[in-house]
Amino acid sequence: MADDYPEEKGGMGGVRLEQLQVELGEFSLEGITLDVAAGEYFVILGPTGAGKTVLLETIAGIHRPRRGRVLIDGVDVTDLPPEKRGVGFVYQGAVLFPHLNVFENIAFGLRLRSRRRDASSDRQIRERVYAISELLGITHLHHRKPERLSGGEGQRVALARALVIAPRLLLLDEPLAALDPASRELLQRELAGLHRALKATVIHVTHDFEEAVALGARIAVIHQGKVLQVGPPEEIFRKPNSEFVARFVGVRNVFKGILRPAGDGHKLLSVGGIEMAVVTGLTGQVYGSLRPEDIIISREPFRSSVRNSFPGRIASIADRGNIIYATVHLSGVDLVCAITRRSLEEMALREGEEVYTAFKASAVHVFPGAKG
Amino acid sequence: MDRRTLITFAIPGALLVLFVAWPLLHIVAASPALLWETILDQEVRRSILLTFAASLIATAIALLTGVPLAYLLARHDFPARWLVEGIIDLPVVVPHTAAGIALLMVFGRHTFLGQVFGLLGIRFVSAIPGIVAAMLFVSMSFLVNAAREGFEAIDPRLEHTARTLGASPWESFWRVSLPMAWRNIFSGAIMMWARGLSEFGAIVILAYHPMVAPVLLYERFESWGLRRAQPVAALMVLVSLAAFVALRMIAGRGSRVGWRMTTRRRREVWGESD
Repeated sequence: MADDYPEEKGGMGGVRLEQLQVELGEFSLEGITLDVAAGEYFVILGPTGAGKTVLLETIAGIHRPRRGRVLIDGVDVTDLPPEKRGVGFVYQGAVLFPHLNVFENIAFGLRLRSRRRDASSDRQIRERVYAISELLGITHLHHRKPERLSGGEGQRVALARALVIAPRLLLLDEPLAALDPASRELLQRELAGLHRALKATVIHVTHDFEEAVALGARIAVIHQGKVLQVGPPEEIFRKPNSEFVARFVGVRNVFKGILRPAGDGHKLLSVGGIEMAVVTGLTGQVYGSLRPEDIIISREPFRSSVRNSFPGRIASIADRGNIIYATVHLSGVDLVCAITRRSLEEMALREGEEVYTAFKASAVHVFPGAKG
Repeated sequence: MDRRTLITFAIPGALLVLFVAWPLLHIVAASPALLWETILDQEVRRSILLTFAASLIATAIALLTGVPLAYLLARHDFPARWLVEGIIDLPVVVPHTAAGIALLMVFGRHTFLGQVFGLLGIRFVSAIPGIVAAMLFVSMSFLVNAAREGFEAIDPRLEHTARTLGASPWESFWRVSLPMAWRNIFSGAIMMWARGLSEFGAIVILAYHPMVAPVLLYERFESWGLRRAQPVAALMVLVSLAAFVALRMIAGRGSRVGWRMTTRRRREVWGESD
């Protein structure tokens, strides 16, 4: 049993989708081509109804593509049934077997593999179920029925059930969507940790931009069954290649930084060469996001109660009709700021000029960063 | 609900319950001596046993053939699906004497099927296989529909998950779908079996002899009158009731295992199938 699924398998599960075309009721995928590197944490980002679940299920082998190929580790698996693909699948809202308790849910895949039911195979199953349960902190739930689990507990059990068979590829379909904010954040960190520890390839589907930024090494934005843009998070939100991506992701400033406490109820977020005051309960390494509309530009230093005011130089000005986006170069950080045409003309701003930027501490939205 | 509405709703309901319970109570309230005499009557005992056994066989046949059909109907869209569903519901609508005549025309002694089965030593007319066939015909809808509803209530994502965990379609059926739909199937089987017990119309045409309990009761009533028929009816009602209650209790015990999804949860779960 253990021989079929070796525990150590660094860098397996690379996926290649070639011109994938799937039709399923009202959902369809058209010409999806994607490369996910072995060991990568890859996020598929898109709105509800974009075809994300269908795409994941096609990779898992649940739907047959009408055209195109699915390759895992360079091998064409388009004709392989799901049970032969070695992938783990976790659905939104913890889809657990209601007639089995937590232990048997996790052991499900192992029981299928051990045809003989003798003491030694039973012991092996116990060991592996316990090992993965320890990792996810759910050992104390083993005797519970799924109906008596909280959202976070259920999702952990679903993860354990998928991971215990040591899949080379883990497919996560909105795994954090049905959770309350606290367990969401916790599980998000754990997902990143698990990915580092297990070295499996992960494809994670979400509609949540922050989740995508926090977890994904690369993001693919999909809409109406088509891949619109693929790239590292920074590239997606800095250089959206289409109007849809720009609108869906939103033009915004996203930066990674480290939090440290400052006396007066605020915290300071160090980003590049500046420290901005923020309001958050989080600690450690996080992301901050700031809408361009929330930043004010002026030629004089600010004398108001605004906590964050930084001098910088205008790197570029992009004209988008009524709104104009000015990219201001601070020390080590670029901020995109939105200004109206009127203030642009009143201040007579030009590229290369020195300005002051200001924004409220509460305008910076801080969210947990899970990537190491 | 306020008191007045409660009473307004309760009165017609109580009348209906009484309408069913009162005659049954009358039947059962036979004198114990007469009832005992009936129990000692070998012909009565034999016919009740025959009724139970024949209905059990019919239910077993429907389990083997109807459960796979129910799964197909719940999970797969095929061209003539509406037709198959219609045919399954038909026996509930068709007058049972007409069903008996229809069966007689197919399984009668001089028909093609009748002769083929005759070569195998199986006779339908005036024989136990005829009784079983009649029961199967009129009562299989209950089992197939209950099983189909059970399978339909299962979130398909559970079966998908089982597949990714290494289950073949067959294993996924045995380890996930069947255990989860089991309560529905079992309760459908009870309904079918109970419906088979009470069948008269189709059986009386296909196989008057050997006499099942409802036919025996009819004959006693026809040739001896109400007084001799009543204890037989009482015994049948009592025995059926006891068996039915016992099975219901067994089915009820498994209810905590069963999986029920509210409509809302179902929409939540399946609406998200993007």
